[in-house]
Amino acid sequence: MTDIINTLFTSYDLVAALGIVALIMVVSYGFAKMIGQKRMGSAIAIIAGLVLAYIAGRYTGGENGLADVSLFAGIGLLGGGMLRDYAIISTAYGVDINNIKKAGLPGIVSLLIGVLFSFIVGAAMAALLGYTDPADITTIGGGAVTFVVGPVAGSALGASSEVIALSIAAGVVKSVLTMIITPFVAPIIKLDNPTSAMVYGGLIGTTSGVAGGLAATNAELVPYGAMTATFFTGLGSLLVPSIGYIIVNAIF
Amino acid sequence: MEIYGLGIVAFCMFVGSFIGRGIGNLLGISGNVGGVGFAMLILILLTNHFKKKEKPFSERTSKGILLLSSLYIPIVVAMSAKQNVVAAFEGGAVAFLAGGVATIGALLLVPLISKLTVKENNE
Repeated sequence: MTDIINTLFTSYDLVAALGIVALIMVVSYGFAKMIGQKRMGSAIAIIAGLVLAYIAGRYTGGENGLADVSLFAGIGLLGGGMLRDYAIISTAYGVDINNIKKAGLPGIVSLLIGVLFSFIVGAAMAALLGYTDPADITTIGGGAVTFVVGPVAGSALGASSEVIALSIAAGVVKSVLTMIITPFVAPIIKLDNPTSAMVYGGLIGTTSGVAGGLAATNAELVPYGAMTATFFTGLGSLLVPSIGYIIVNAIF
Repeated sequence: MEIYGLGIVAFCMFVGSFIGRGIGNLLGISGNVGGVGFAMLILILLTNHFKKKEKPFSERTSKGILLLSSLYIPIVVAMSAKQNVVAAFEGGAVAFLAGGVATIGALLLVPLISKLTVKENNE
């Protein structure tokens, strides 16, 4: 009996994942309706996903949350980079080209400021907490940009694997925190129009955080934020190990 | 047909990612610099082009694209369920402060930069 169920879940892994996500969303949207906050449905579903990922990570000791439980392996495919990017691109359908043009300059400004700001904050925190090696400080600063930039900078500069792991953790904190708090701070930071969504994507930059945060706030803004965020990691990978390291090296 | 819509997005994804990876190669960093962004731009330009020519995508073709974009939030939920949340909690003070302060600070910069550019547009 359990064998049959196991076989079903592992051989139909993607279908199983679709079913599980549907279940998470039914419960989350039901809960949102119950507490009279219908708009919070996707935010609650995303937080539920994170909670399940935490429980699964504790239980399996793996790095991929629920996807490390063999019954739910399809979550890895459904929530992986391929389908995420495919679906993000499709959200651009129906976007008004004038909105993009209007936010072109703010988008570029926010990208440059976003990468520099996150890097400086991350590096300053590393220095405050006692790191003195410029390569370590640069790597942790890179992690505060995104969890891809940290390892890219760390391996280029020869940082230890412990510091690289820390930089990844810093990037994951950023991504998870963005998903959780964006819907709550959206009214305060006036995240309610295409221009501010593009600025938000350029400033925060973590693709998964921006995707989750905007989906939980207002799905119509997703394409604008995603568009700028997609340039962020590349720009960070370029600037942090080069200019970033030179600056840090000059100070320490 | 619906599959045409899926195919159009696939085409944009491949052309965009090709450009993104090409730029990555030119800059000497492994990876995809803005591939998804280029793909989105291509999709926007394509649809605007056909609209101007008075030949917009058929209803069934656009249904294919809309099916994909309606799967977007479920995919994000699956993505959140596969994050390494344990590592985020166990990264220690450095990870928390570096990632947390960078996030909150960047969020607070959003209205400032949006405002700056509104001014520029008015001038």
